[in-house]
Amino acid sequence: MNRTNLWRNVRFWRFAGQAIAIVLVISLIAFLGFNLNRNLARLGIRFGFGFLQSQAGFAIGETLIPYQSSDSYGRALLVGLLNSLLVIATGIALATIVGVTAGIARLSSNWLVRKMALVYVELLRNTPLLLQLFFWYFAAFLSLPKTDAPLRWLGFSFSNGGITVPGGLSFSPEFSALVLGLSIYTGTFIAEIVRGGIQSVPKGQWEAAKSLGLKPAQAMRMVIFPQALRAIIPPLGNQYLNLAKNSSLAIAVGFSDLYAVASTTFNQTGRAVEIMVLISVTYLSISLLISLLLNLYNRRVQLVER
Amino acid sequence: MTPKTGAMPRSTASTPAQIQRWLKRNLFNGWFNSLLTLVCLAVITWIAIHLLRWATTQAQWAVVTTNLPLFFVGRYPVQQIWRVWAALAIALAMVGVWWQAGTWKQKNTQTAAGSPSSPLPSPSPQALFFILLLIAFCCILWLLAGGLGLPRVGTNLWGGLLLTLVVAITSIVLAFPFGVLLALGRQSSLPILQGFCTVYIELIRGLPLIGILFMAQVMLPLVLPGQPNIDRVVRAIAGLVLFNAAYLAENVRGGLQSIPRGQTEAAKALGLNPFLTLRLVVLPQALRIAIPGIVGQFISLFKDTSLLALFALLELTGIGRSILAQPQFLGRYAEVYLFVGLLYWVFCFTMSRISRRLERGSRG
Repeated sequence: MNRTNLWRNVRFWRFAGQAIAIVLVISLIAFLGFNLNRNLARLGIRFGFGFLQSQAGFAIGETLIPYQSSDSYGRALLVGLLNSLLVIATGIALATIVGVTAGIARLSSNWLVRKMALVYVELLRNTPLLLQLFFWYFAAFLSLPKTDAPLRWLGFSFSNGGITVPGGLSFSPEFSALVLGLSIYTGTFIAEIVRGGIQSVPKGQWEAAKSLGLKPAQAMRMVIFPQALRAIIPPLGNQYLNLAKNSSLAIAVGFSDLYAVASTTFNQTGRAVEIMVLISVTYLSISLLISLLLNLYNRRVQLVER
Repeated sequence: MTPKTGAMPRSTASTPAQIQRWLKRNLFNGWFNSLLTLVCLAVITWIAIHLLRWATTQAQWAVVTTNLPLFFVGRYPVQQIWRVWAALAIALAMVGVWWQAGTWKQKNTQTAAGSPSSPLPSPSPQALFFILLLIAFCCILWLLAGGLGLPRVGTNLWGGLLLTLVVAITSIVLAFPFGVLLALGRQSSLPILQGFCTVYIELIRGLPLIGILFMAQVMLPLVLPGQPNIDRVVRAIAGLVLFNAAYLAENVRGGLQSIPRGQTEAAKALGLNPFLTLRLVVLPQALRIAIPGIVGQFISLFKDTSLLALFALLELTGIGRSILAQPQFLGRYAEVYLFVGLLYWVFCFTMSRISRRLERGSRG
């Protein structure tokens, strides 16, 4: 009796399903691990992170901490990580400014402003970021005049040696192209999110703000935007995560971020597995950190109901 | 003015008074907006003048015109080009069939809605269409790669738009079943299975694509048995499949979550087993809801194929870079990148329009 019913027993199937899943996953991992082990043995590579202490021997153009080519791979990777974090932080700030501006412009009562924002969004959202980075770096920055005769505009000076902003701060063309490309590309997505968020605020809120005597700009700042923020924050966080991940395209413009340094390290040492682990753990931590911060912020802006 | 013109829609309005009114309402209401309009106009004219002057005097479009075949098919042998045309014809025919099927299905559902006692779905035309699609897909790959009577064309000769399209379409087709399985696994009530799927999805979604592609190029030959000499294109596709499966899974999960519980319960009450419930009741509805998301994922996959240029593949971006290395066209960055960008844009923009139409269709 019991036996004939086994095939119709839900609990049996639940157990069997999980057992099959475990067996499949473990055997897949074992299969891949076995091959990896054998292939590495054949190539004469032994797994271990000891190579991080040996001398890197390559120079890095921009560093936030002192670094020279006689330093270790570990230090080079740290330099790369800090560079990545700098790009991510600057990129997020700029992308937010660009995106929010464009998102509000998409809803402007001015026809021309609306259409310009639309063209910006549709044009740049539908082309690959990598291509845009190539364009900014090779076609825009490297085609600017030489450093001794830069283009000057509003205190900014642009040359193929990079951008100098009024307070004397200067950025290399690699960094500028990367951050500009990232924030202009991500800005298109943020613009659409901001537009959707503002449109999700009921019309009555505008009318109520108007009847209180607030001017449109005031109404936007004090009534509409805080409410729109609740719809904006979660997808905005996704865009920040995308920007952080896309910052790894720095290698395309020759900026030494974490991935670029890791890639050079791999080319010199052949340590595929270790590099893979390092890259994965670092990017996962960055992603986790960003989503943690966003969740904290999200909790603050969300409506607390009585 | 006859009263008739007053009733005309704005787009066809042409009387000076109406134009004036439109201008006043949309461009010059208040000093701030007027200022904004003037600034915008100045910026637009400045950009337009510089762009036109550059495009007509400084730009040398020869780099694009002389290399057109490279941009479209890479170094595909000229005598075999007819095979690309044939593949294109098959692909267009399939799009035509799909379009036709869409309108036919609409009619069909309308009639089905008329008769409430709709029976169990028969072996549907959808299944037939899928089989046809699979055959067409194999035919196209056979035409392009050769073998079985046709001379072989190695993937190292594929390039340009051809390679971009082949990689993008193959990756999405292969990633789709994985994505559906992962989504089902993540939604399943078996905790261990759910755990595995969740870990995979979140792991992949936390990593940059360039890292996954690096893994596919470098690690794949190391973790497979036997000869570690796998074709570069195959490795790239493997990386894209691993990556996109996780994202597709999230799209499909969204669809699955939006199916009300009553559907599963009703299917159970009809005596369907869990597999048939999924196959006949849940999945068809969930996938229909997920279609716009899937198209969106395909658009980003299409753009993401540009990353293969960093791994020495000559797809659209890669071929652009290799053309820029030709000695007679050194430094023609703007022309090449603008042209390549235009090609990407045409495809992505068209697809995003289609996706928006699908979204509206599924809602309406």
